This record gives sequence, structure tokens and C-alpha cells, in this order.
Amino acid sequence: MLYAILCYHDEDFVGSWSKEQDAAVISKLTVVQDRLKREGRLGPVARLLPTTAATTLRKDDPPVVLDGPYAETKEQLLGFYVIDCENLDAAVDVARELGAVNPGGAYEIRPVAMFEPGANAR
Amino acid sequence: MTDLAWIDATLTSARPQAVGALLRYFRNLDTAEEAFQNACLRALKSWPQNGTPRDAAAWLIMVGRNAAIDEVRRSNKQEALTDDAAISDLDDAEEELADRLDGSHYRDDILRLLFICCHPDLPATQQIALALRIVSGLSVKQIARAFLVTEAAMEQRITRAKARVANAGVPFETPGAVERSERLAAVAAMIYLIFNEGYSASGETSEIRKPLCEEAIRLARLLLRLFQSEPEIMGLMALLLLQHARAAARFDTAGGLVLLEDQDRTLWNQKLINEGMALIDKAMRHRRSGPYQIQAAIAALHSRAAKPEDTDWTQIDLLYGALEVMQPSPVVTLNRAVAVSKVRGPEAALQMIEPLGDRLSNYFHYFGVRGAFLMRLGRNDEARVAFDRAIALANTSAEATHIRMHLDRLMRDSQPSGTTATKK
Repeated sequence: MLYAILCYHDEDFVGSWSKEQDAAVISKLTVVQDRLKREGRLGPVARLLPTTAATTLRKDDPPVVLDGPYAETKEQLLGFYVIDCENLDAAVDVARELGAVNPGGAYEIRPVAMFEPGANAR
Repeated sequence: MTDLAWIDATLTSARPQAVGALLRYFRNLDTAEEAFQNACLRALKSWPQNGTPRDAAAWLIMVGRNAAIDEVRRSNKQEALTDDAAISDLDDAEEELADRLDGSHYRDDILRLLFICCHPDLPATQQIALALRIVSGLSVKQIARAFLVTEAAMEQRITRAKARVANAGVPFETPGAVERSERLAAVAAMIYLIFNEGYSASGETSEIRKPLCEEAIRLARLLLRLFQSEPEIMGLMALLLLQHARAAARFDTAGGLVLLEDQDRTLWNQKLINEGMALIDKAMRHRRSGPYQIQAAIAALHSRAAKPEDTDWTQIDLLYGALEVMQPSPVVTLNRAVAVSKVRGPEAALQMIEPLGDRLSNYFHYFGVRGAFLMRLGRNDEARVAFDRAIALANTSAEATHIRMHLDRLMRDSQPSGTTATKK
């Protein structure tokens, strides 16, 4: 089963990390990602630009384009993973492992209903 | 990261909102700052054991406010010391406070905090120092280092600035729409000043002064989070990101300034460029152009060119033309002339800057650019005069070195052809 792990965190907080702090977190996350990759369980991984770069299309009639993220919350969607896991327990374990090296915020674990890996976008 | 580093990052990110709210509450900058300091001390004691609260800013505001009130009571000797039990029931308090800290307050609190730093009576350097101290929470030592002055001198500068702000009377009522947009513009200008203070550093000091650029970017990000539909704030943010993206390529190993067209473009930070481009894209959809957006668009055109010869100078010329209309200034015209020299040649460009001579007679770049145009036209004697003047006006040794390079080239070029002119 494919699971999406959606990464929520306060982006002001993440943004206040020094370059070194940021790099330290990323390098620890990479260790986990590399292992998942070796096990053939790692799908796409994305780190998103800050929500200040976000635009929302409200699908009203007619649709409205708004600046900013869809929801105004304390914690923002900052990135996501797609991973292949036996079951929810295994997915939670992966999230725990990622969380151990990147504490704070929350991971939302969502089973993936449809997955189109695409090919061209880089 | 250690626990302490996490807490430190949390305190840093909560600071503008917390100090802003405490300032609204106490209406006194020193009291607000002191209350925040006290709250931070308590956080350092409490958080490692009890965990970081979900809303750190609300916690700090609550605890800071209580601590300051206790302080007043203690000094009034009206009541005995209040113990920590008074703040033990923070969950409820947090909720109550969160209600009062509705979105618009939170935005105006931070905006006010930034705005008092750009009081028109304060000279630019004091505005910057004050903002870095109060809003960013940098230590006096850190700020002194970035400004290349002693700690004592910086302490004095900040104290003086604070006194001026206190006497000026800070506006505490919730601003109206016009007032708010005026504040926003003043704050944007101040953030750009902070950035330029770091950006205009010479090669030897660029590393030391880089935190100024990074802090300006952080403040711009904060401002944009608060006012996320303001195209000019998007433009400012994009401009800072696109300029800062070139930081690693701007100086050679000897600390010499490397001009845009000579920079190793592989050293440009693509991540910052991507974010800058995304913001410009977003801003342009609003069809409300402004000076920051235009300058960012110009920077974006440079960023987009993998090689200097790929640069879309025609578009840059047009953008500078638009900027000239919006913000007429001889410096803008001078910049436009550089684009014109690429599109229509040095003769046209020289004609364009000729009328600026009076107003820019003490401006280093004017003579540097003029010298370069003359050199391309083969008018070497006149070029030499311009370059000599530029060296005399250079602000940093890197600038002077750069012009000397031109002069040396003129010397080399002129010797074989037997020209007799000598370098002064």
C-alpha cells in the first residue's frame, strides 16, 4: 500500500533555523530516505517553497485565485513523502523514524488512493 | 539539534509577535522587551521539562505580561512575591489570550513593532540597528559586529534611537487602511536598507555582514506572511532573494568585486532564484506594478540568463524605463544607460547619461560607467579622466581595485599604439 506522509510544521519556526541547523536535519532525514530507497519503498519526496509563494484556486463558480495557502493555520504543509508500506503500522514507524530526527510539527499519514508517478517533470 | 537549539529557534520565531503584543499591552518598549526577556528565561527553565507549548508566542506573551506585572507590584511593595503557581494554569490562559490575539491584532502588532523602528527622525543606520535589536532580537554584540563598530558604540546608538522613539510617541490605535499601507511602505524601505547594508559590504567584510542580508530576508518573509496579497511586498521579497542568490559569486578569492557579467553563474543559489521567480510570477498577476516588483523583474532577467550574452537587455531597458517613470532618479537613468549600451551601443548610452553629470558629480558609479562607455568608444583620454575621478570617489577598496583594472587595461592598450598619455 502506498502512503503519503504529509509534513506539517510552523514555517516561521523552520525558517528561523540557521543554515547549519537546516542542513543537519536534512542530512539525518537523508539517512532514513536512503534506507527506504534501498528497500525499494521510497516514492517521490518534495520539500515545498514557503506558503508565501503559494497561490490557491478556490473552485467556486467562477473560480477565484487567492494568494497564500488553502488554509490559514499555525502549521503549514511544508512537504511530503510517498512511501510503500505493508500496512499503517509500518507507515507510522517510518513517520516515527523521520520524526525522531526532525521533531516538532506533525506528519499526516494518508493512504494513497491513486498514484501516477509521471515521467517528465523534473 | 540539541534541545536548547530548538528552544532558541522557537524563541527567535516567536519574538516579533510576542514583543509586539507586549508593546501594545505596556505601551513602553523597554518594559515590553524586559517582559519578553523574563518570559524567555522562564521558557528555558520550563520547556526542557514540560515540553514546548503548542503556541509558543501566546505562552511567552502571557508569562511575560505576568512577570512584568509582578515586577510592578513588587516595586510598589503592594503585594508579596507571586510564585510560579500564578502561571501554572497556562492552558486556559493560552486559550483566552489566543482569542484576544485575533489575526488583525497579530498583524498590526508586528507591523507596529517594525514601524516604530523606521521613525523618520531616525537616521537610516539607527533604524536598522533598532530593528535588528528589537524585532530580530540580535544581540548588541552581533549588531556591532555586522556594522563593524565597537559594542559600546552600538549600545549607545541603540539607546539613543530608543530614546528618540519613546519621545516621539508610538501610535497604538489600530491603523486605518491608508495608515496601514503607509506603514507597510516605510517598513519595506527599512527592510531593504538592512539588506543593502549587508549587500554593499566589500569583499573583506561581506562574510561578517552577510547576517544583515539574511535577517532582511527573514523580516521580509515575516512581512509577506502578514500581508500576503501585497504585490510590492512579494516584489521586495523576490528582489532580496534574487540578489542574495548571487552572494557566493560576487567576490573573488582576494575579496575583489566581481561584476555581474564576470560572475561564475554556477555559484548562484538556484533555490533562492526559484523562490524569487515564483514570487515575481505571483506578484505580476496582480497587475499593480511598483518599484520593488520592477527591480525584482530586472534581477530575474539576469538570473534567467545562463550566460551573460543571453541577457534580455531589451526587456531590462524597458523595465528601467518604467522604473524611471515611477521613481525618477539619476541613478535609475544611469542603470538604464547600461542596458541601453548593450542594446543600442555606447554612443546612445553616453548621450543618455551626459545630463546627469551635475547631479551625480560625487557618485562613484557614474564615473565608472561613463569611463566604461568612453573606453568602448575608443575615447581613451576621456575615459582615463573618468576612471581617475571614480577611484577618488570609491567607497570601498574593492571598487577602487576594480576601476584600476580598467585603467591598467587602458595603459596596456595605449602603449603599443604609442599614445603618450600617462596615468596620474
